[in-house]
Amino acid sequence: MAEVLVLIDHVDGAVKKPTYELLTIARRLGEPSAVFIGAADQAAGPGGVVETVKKYGAEKVYVVDDAQIKGYLVAPKAEALAQIAGQAGDGPAAILLPSNAETKEIAGRLAIKLESGLITDAVDVAAGDGGVTTTQSVFAGNFTVTAKVTKGTPIITVKPNSAAPEEAAGAGVVEEVAVTISDAAKTAQIVASQPRKASGRPELTEAAIVVSGGRGTGGNFEPIEKLADALGAAVGASRAAVDSGWMPHSFQVGQTGKTVSPQLYVANGISGAIQHRAGMQTSKTIVAVNKDEEAPIFELVDFGVVGDLHTVLPALTDLVNASKS
Amino acid sequence: MQEGPLRPTTMNIVVLVKYVPDATGDRQFEEDLTVDRVNVDGLLSELDEYAVEQALQIKEKRGGDGGEEVQVTALTVGPQAAEAAVRKALQMGADKGVHVIDDAIAGSDAVATSLVLAKAIEKIGKFDLVIGGLAGTDSMMSVVPAMLAERLGLPQVTQASVVETQGDQVRIKRDGDVATEVIGATMPLVLSVTDQSGEARYPSFKGIMAAKKKPVETWSLADLGVDADQVGLSVAWTAVEEATARPPRTAGEIVKDEDGSGAKALAEFLASKKFI
Repeated sequence: MAEVLVLIDHVDGAVKKPTYELLTIARRLGEPSAVFIGAADQAAGPGGVVETVKKYGAEKVYVVDDAQIKGYLVAPKAEALAQIAGQAGDGPAAILLPSNAETKEIAGRLAIKLESGLITDAVDVAAGDGGVTTTQSVFAGNFTVTAKVTKGTPIITVKPNSAAPEEAAGAGVVEEVAVTISDAAKTAQIVASQPRKASGRPELTEAAIVVSGGRGTGGNFEPIEKLADALGAAVGASRAAVDSGWMPHSFQVGQTGKTVSPQLYVANGISGAIQHRAGMQTSKTIVAVNKDEEAPIFELVDFGVVGDLHTVLPALTDLVNASKS
Repeated sequence: MQEGPLRPTTMNIVVLVKYVPDATGDRQFEEDLTVDRVNVDGLLSELDEYAVEQALQIKEKRGGDGGEEVQVTALTVGPQAAEAAVRKALQMGADKGVHVIDDAIAGSDAVATSLVLAKAIEKIGKFDLVIGGLAGTDSMMSVVPAMLAERLGLPQVTQASVVETQGDQVRIKRDGDVATEVIGATMPLVLSVTDQSGEARYPSFKGIMAAKKKPVETWSLADLGVDADQVGLSVAWTAVEEATARPPRTAGEIVKDEDGSGAKALAEFLASKKFI
């Protein structure tokens, strides 16, 4: 069976959930080979990257020690992937990357290098007679599009929550790859980095539940955060809340922020403008709390409460907490 | 030796502007499954306005009295109507425009679009910065800057919320998911800016009048040395097989909160869906 390359999404060797989703999808298409670009000592040993991805069916793990390229932007990673893809005989059956800002850039460069078609933000990937078929949700979720790559190796970025990760034992054969990185790829680099304070909450784009607040919070996100914590959810915000300076931009859900597709989306004090819908319309279940019964968000919801979030949310939080005990 | 007047160095900035279907309008696919870009109201992609703004801010900071001569060129690829995107950029303050228009381009994917852009930028001549917005508000593919940078053999520095330049150095700040980063790079390069980089200016009356006299060059693929069979729908490296309108969400139950009834009803709904 042909190899399917999966770029491992990780932070300092801690593998993130979208990686398991991609490995699960990769098994539908061929033999998953995971690609780890990071510190070599994080790959091996108990709890290391290799052991972790093996559990989700990685037959092979390419390890690219990033000592030479750490701190540079995406170009070296694209070169590394292109070299690995070039090693794999007739070329891999597909290259899967988790969808985020950085990987889309890697994928864009890779597509030109490999002269291969690129599909971004797939929400489903299937093996078909004529090759790999992807499903995307476009125009703010108003259309579902199926597409195929017609040239070269299909390069596909897949949105988080597109598959339920399934464990499967893989051989996890390690292959260390020495990649040659061009000088041109090393001309832009990170000169300072200020890690974001950990909130202890799940990451916005990966969370199963998202609780968001908008203009209606009046700047007080406490009821949003308390409900989020009761539900084990991530916190999101509308553009109005971000533009008012109430929440950082990294919390923004919508066209110019994050696109989320959780099992449950709870919109509070958010009117539901098209820009916001674009970022959350594909959520499985949508509920909203808003004082204005005319708010367009109510056109989308499975359940809506016309009321003041400052009284409804604390009461709901109490009920959620009570149901747990 | 006689000293002549100091010759100002020249800096060239190319801003990518895109004409997109109005996101608040009714967007449709055509029969060939490409985006209908003709029968809908269009406008300069809102996200590209931030790119124009940053280009103009660099021009103002580095230009001015006795400063460098900074030239901002707005570049677009698209049908006749796309000229509106260039005009808007000129009204805001860009110096000249380039509109690549050719029937063969219709249906081009990001790969072909990046090829046309790369050739057009090479034809514009020496450049220091290519600035684009975050993503077209229609496709959200956001890979064109990366593909363009790859084709031009340049670094790309993306998602800048703050941009500073000095000499041939660029420093940007970006707010990533796990960290806020400062990135340094040497020009020439491809830069993309976010909607956090600074409110885009409205064209002034003077700007609107001045834009009428600014040059807009119109280039065909032949002018760029691109063959018609390198672009367009038929040679796209991806193919859309089917586009289905998502069925409208069936209206759910809406209740009015009275004395805590709202929270109770919502909790019952969440419990019925096994969220609590």
